[in-house]
Amino acid sequence: MRLVVLHDGSDLAEWRGQARALLAEDVLPSDVQWQVGERAGLLPAESSPAHQPLREAKPAGTVPREFLSLASTVLAHADARRHAVLYRLLWRLTHGERQLLHIASDDDVAWCEQAAKAVRRDMHKMKAFVRFREVAQPQGSVFIAWFEPSHDILPRVAPFFVRRFAGMHWSILTPTRSAHWNGETISFGAGAQKADAPNEDALEALWLTYFANIFNPARLKVQAMKNEMPVRYWKNMPEAALIPGLIRDASARMDAMVQRAPTQPKKHIPAPLPRQPSALPQGSLAELRLQAGQCRACPLWEPATQTVFGEGPDNAHIMVIGEQPGDQEDLAGRPFVGPAGQLFDQALAQAGVERSQLYVTNTVKHFKFEPRGKRRIHSRAHASEQSACRPWLLAEIQRVAPKTIVCLGAMAAQAIFGKNFRLLEQRGQWITLDNGIGAFATVHPSYLLRLPDERERGEAIAHFVRDLGMLRSLI
Amino acid sequence: MPHRLRHYGALMKLSEKLAILADAAKYDASCSSSGGQKRDSLKTGGIGSNEGMGICHAYAPDGRCISLLKILLTNFCVYDCAYCINRRTSNVQRARFTVAEVVQLTMDFYRRNYIEGLFLSSGIIQSPDYTMEMLVQVARSLRVDHRFGGYIHLKTIPDASPELLSDAARWADRLSINVEMPTEGGLKALAPEKDLRDIRRAMGRLRMGIDEAKAEKKAPRFAPAGQSTQMIVGADASSDRDVLTSSTNLYANYKLKRVYYSAFSPIPDASKALPLRPPPLVREHRLYQADWLMRFYGFQVDEIAPANDSGMLDLDVDPKMAWALRHREQFPVDLNRAPKEMLLRVPGLGVRTVQRLLGMRVHRKLRYDDLVKLRVPVRKVAPFVATIDHRPRVDGESGALRHLDTTPRQADLFGH
Repeated sequence: MRLVVLHDGSDLAEWRGQARALLAEDVLPSDVQWQVGERAGLLPAESSPAHQPLREAKPAGTVPREFLSLASTVLAHADARRHAVLYRLLWRLTHGERQLLHIASDDDVAWCEQAAKAVRRDMHKMKAFVRFREVAQPQGSVFIAWFEPSHDILPRVAPFFVRRFAGMHWSILTPTRSAHWNGETISFGAGAQKADAPNEDALEALWLTYFANIFNPARLKVQAMKNEMPVRYWKNMPEAALIPGLIRDASARMDAMVQRAPTQPKKHIPAPLPRQPSALPQGSLAELRLQAGQCRACPLWEPATQTVFGEGPDNAHIMVIGEQPGDQEDLAGRPFVGPAGQLFDQALAQAGVERSQLYVTNTVKHFKFEPRGKRRIHSRAHASEQSACRPWLLAEIQRVAPKTIVCLGAMAAQAIFGKNFRLLEQRGQWITLDNGIGAFATVHPSYLLRLPDERERGEAIAHFVRDLGMLRSLI
Repeated sequence: MPHRLRHYGALMKLSEKLAILADAAKYDASCSSSGGQKRDSLKTGGIGSNEGMGICHAYAPDGRCISLLKILLTNFCVYDCAYCINRRTSNVQRARFTVAEVVQLTMDFYRRNYIEGLFLSSGIIQSPDYTMEMLVQVARSLRVDHRFGGYIHLKTIPDASPELLSDAARWADRLSINVEMPTEGGLKALAPEKDLRDIRRAMGRLRMGIDEAKAEKKAPRFAPAGQSTQMIVGADASSDRDVLTSSTNLYANYKLKRVYYSAFSPIPDASKALPLRPPPLVREHRLYQADWLMRFYGFQVDEIAPANDSGMLDLDVDPKMAWALRHREQFPVDLNRAPKEMLLRVPGLGVRTVQRLLGMRVHRKLRYDDLVKLRVPVRKVAPFVATIDHRPRVDGESGALRHLDTTPRQADLFGH
């Protein structure tokens, strides 16, 4: 039997040095006894003196990186068997079971995973449940906390407190170690006692007030609280002293609340002024826009954010009609602002046409989509939805009274020229409508965005720009 | 009086205000402090850090996490929402903090490690813009005057101007606007001054700002921890299907980080418009489980709350078990062969267990004993899975299976 005495049972470097040396000498896990501290004398006579690792111990093969990170966490656990289990795990990893860490149901792996989980949980709870008390000192305040972790975690958690409270001087005292931050460096010292920490802080009264009042007596869930805030931590949390009283009185408070009849309001807070039809812009197109905002003629309004009405001068010479708004248009409440809108803007710029001179609108005024997690998949409006929206489009044409209409895409073209219109064949051809308006159709910019071949896309965009160029002289 | 407390003015008065304005804030379920920009005070020399993972600093006996100092700036309010204790026709005692008081309280609580930061909301006083401006001042003062690096969540007022929303987003980690009710009709009935279309437009503006800041590194900070919302459940007649349909829409439209469900809770001095009895708390729990299944397990609303049903979730068994019982033909699932998506649909198997099983089965065949060693609830899982040494009895009858799951564990639903 080989006895190994560790000075610091939680220190990875020390355990690792010893373990490496044992591996190099082929010492079986069952032949090692691990101990922490200087109590070697208590052991049976056959044990050898504390083993000094060889400086140049040959590394016995490599181990997966996850093992070191697991070992480092497990070493902080309070269980005295941890060194032995870890050495056995290391032995097996280096003796034919390289994939062992993936076998989560293996006894040694499961034991270590459980231990690591307990340590991580304790660390998390320490970050949560440490309570500092302020002590005024001539050179400034110092914040001191007394905490009793279940495992040896202070060195692992202290960096968190440094990052969080860099601008403060603080100490955290535990039964086995203490940590001190002076605003510049962290230092670790011996364990302390509860009496070494301050026993009050005047501000705690406010914290207790908060704790008592944020509690809702109508929904008592004591076990849920205890699962997340185990009772063993309560003794060092000032607010915990309130818990029994809050639980005791909860049902009486709740009953009193439910039984009390609704009362007549005593104090009168005036109601807000009814919303102004906020500075209604003159002109009937603006009225139209407000009415369209309330439209429920088809079911598309419900899942959408808002109606996306046309935009532009109400006496524009040219009206551009697209198909339907997309994700971005729905959020912004404006037509042609998404990717297709940006391509449209670029094409207009190349064609030498000012967008601000155009009245731009869509055939359908609501975004239609299918929700997919955190995305919305565009879907094409049905004929019934298109026809529900038709009165708005016709009204826009009537109020703006453009000289020219440009339809982008088949949906818009068919809305203006009728069902038999064939976009690919009749694109770019001028057609005079019944009311004397000259009109033509071209592709929708979203079609251009979907073309996979870059060269093909470049040519299609150039064609689109040529079509739009016909507008230059008409503005 | 200890000298440290002098800058609060009269101590009694402050603690009274705190009692009133914490009480007024407790009906908001959200207390999350997760996500957002990583920060630490070593660089600023100030106080406060955010490492992305929320921390619950205490739990109240209602089982809810206390992560943030959750208070109202004031509970004076010109709105008259029936479900709200602060509605203008309520006789609740009123109070108002100054901006400086909220800032000081946040710093003092934070230094003692009581909290992760501040969740500030407010009744509407004077006008939406005036109120929003006050909230922004608190956040700005914490960040600029005190170099505060902790978490800030601001409740946003939908009618406030877009400029104020951008200001709020610059200082806060998270913004939220409550949709309050699952349906537009419910909102109109109980909150006459609120308008769902305004709320959705404001959420749309927030999403655009958040997307833009994410896409461009140089864009000004804009609510890096995203936006969330809350829905009150059981104050109107909406079904669970209505609730989940509404959440699906909100997640897709506005990329919300979370939708919080808050079981309508009796309030002192209640309005006559409300039901007399609260819904069972387990209904809220089932909705959170369903929400989780939709976000992390690939379920759709129609699978969880089928259209032809009552639209209500089964209160006795969790929604995944309920789905499995309706689809016995898809089981047992062979743990050694089934794809990940199907493993995630087995009652009692969580995301982490599924990962472990997938990791193990690359190296060797899975056996029944592996489930025991992984500490999965075997009684619940066994009827739905097959391993090389286990096949469930085919006559496993649904009624008996339901009993395996009658005691739901109330998980921490509010922490993260």
